[in-house]
Amino acid sequence: MDVTLSVNGETHKLDIEPRVTLLDALRDRLGLTGSKKGCDHGQCGACTVLVNGRRVNSCLSLAVMHEDDEITTIEGIGMPDDLARLQQDFVECDGYQCGYCTPGQIVSATAAIEEAKLGWPSYVSPSLADMGELTDEEIAERMSGNLCRCSAYPGIRQAIARAAEAEDKA
Amino acid sequence: MRPFDYTRPENLEVASQALTDGATPIAGGTNLIDLMKLQIMTPEHVVDLTRLPGLSDIDGTPDGGMRIGALVSNSVLAGDPTVRRAYPVLARALLAGASGQIRNKATTGGNLLQRTRCPYFYDTAMPCNKREPNSGCSAQGGIARMCAILGTSPECIAAHPSDMAVAMRALDAQVEIRQTSGETRTLPVGDLYLLPGDNPAKEYALEAGEVITAVILPAPVSGARQTYRKVRDRASYAFALVSVAAVVKMDGDTIESAQLAFGGIGAKPWRDTEVEDVLAGEAPSDELFAKAADVLLRDAWTEESNAFKAPLAKRTLISALRDATGLSGETHFDMGDAA
Repeated sequence: MDVTLSVNGETHKLDIEPRVTLLDALRDRLGLTGSKKGCDHGQCGACTVLVNGRRVNSCLSLAVMHEDDEITTIEGIGMPDDLARLQQDFVECDGYQCGYCTPGQIVSATAAIEEAKLGWPSYVSPSLADMGELTDEEIAERMSGNLCRCSAYPGIRQAIARAAEAEDKA
Repeated sequence: MRPFDYTRPENLEVASQALTDGATPIAGGTNLIDLMKLQIMTPEHVVDLTRLPGLSDIDGTPDGGMRIGALVSNSVLAGDPTVRRAYPVLARALLAGASGQIRNKATTGGNLLQRTRCPYFYDTAMPCNKREPNSGCSAQGGIARMCAILGTSPECIAAHPSDMAVAMRALDAQVEIRQTSGETRTLPVGDLYLLPGDNPAKEYALEAGEVITAVILPAPVSGARQTYRKVRDRASYAFALVSVAAVVKMDGDTIESAQLAFGGIGAKPWRDTEVEDVLAGEAPSDELFAKAADVLLRDAWTEESNAFKAPLAKRTLISALRDATGLSGETHFDMGDAA
């Protein structure tokens, strides 16, 4: 069936089967291979993209359900010649080894920082009224939907903390 | 994934007709799409409810309660300032569930209707009475770590996986349902679920074509303490082995009322008012809490691989009640109603 997808500010008209996931449409039809297929079951987070600014698992969503949505992939966050602040922090903090989970980590963290700015608490927030600082424990909890089999977690958390702090000062 | 027809109705009437004709509803899709990939569910027609108007709002009700539209996402509901202030047990339960990505997609109605995570329901090579009626139950004698110990039957020991629904049971939530006639009926959230009995494949007290449109919470119990305690195999993004939602109101040094619901141990989000009756009017003590737990577990039926859940549920309940009654001196938790 026909569907129009808006990805990284560009509109694409596609004719696809309803069973095609958003992830497969992005990778196989639009050539946006930054979003990765890890588990394909929503457990690893490698496929994370933004839909209308909110992070979701693109493997657990049907492309045909995203008519009129604004989709942002890692390619829309920053490219090698123009890295986003968070990408630069991942480089400087050694926030990866093999790099396969990294696009999902960065897209997810981009949205997680926004969620914290909205004051959304997490399961580990001492108070629901005021989430307080974005501590190491908060970052770990908020990023639990993204796995890293190289276990670069200390660097990932450090990079996110740096980017969040920089945004706070900005 | 098997091919299917996809439609996106513009109103509830059309959606309801499609469901009456056998279509499968989709909203967030975080559970259904997974089940379709694994061919545990193979619908021929999927009807997308996400663009239906009027189901995405959170409103106050005239009696001081709250109406939560069925399409409100789990993350928006957990982040809602009124939920955080007046129904903290619900906010905590939502935040205890899934991951940030999943909560952004998962809806209130879809969360209620999510399927069990029993490993044998997911393993199409194994018998499962819920997936394939009259094929048998592999969990009995198998790995039943994630399975229930209350409300089960010889046909099925699957647990209901929701955290949200457990908090809603403790809060006396009602489910608002649009009938095929267009009329609305409401049902206590506990009555939405059917126990497995001899037909584990029939899970809900819903007729074909009925649509959950909202969840309605009564006004919060003024001055009650609310807490959600979840025990799981890893610190985050895991289903409950045991969870306890507690809404407890004290009158001086005695317990005036306790509303308690349990996750991870029940064939449905579990509540047993006899447990609450043990506590009402009594002074809090570990002995009293242990007595309440023994009442909760009086009919528990365990497998070798989940026998640990009975003592774990007892300890988790005692711990949650120590917090909710003030016995532990724990200050790090949330009061309902900002009282």
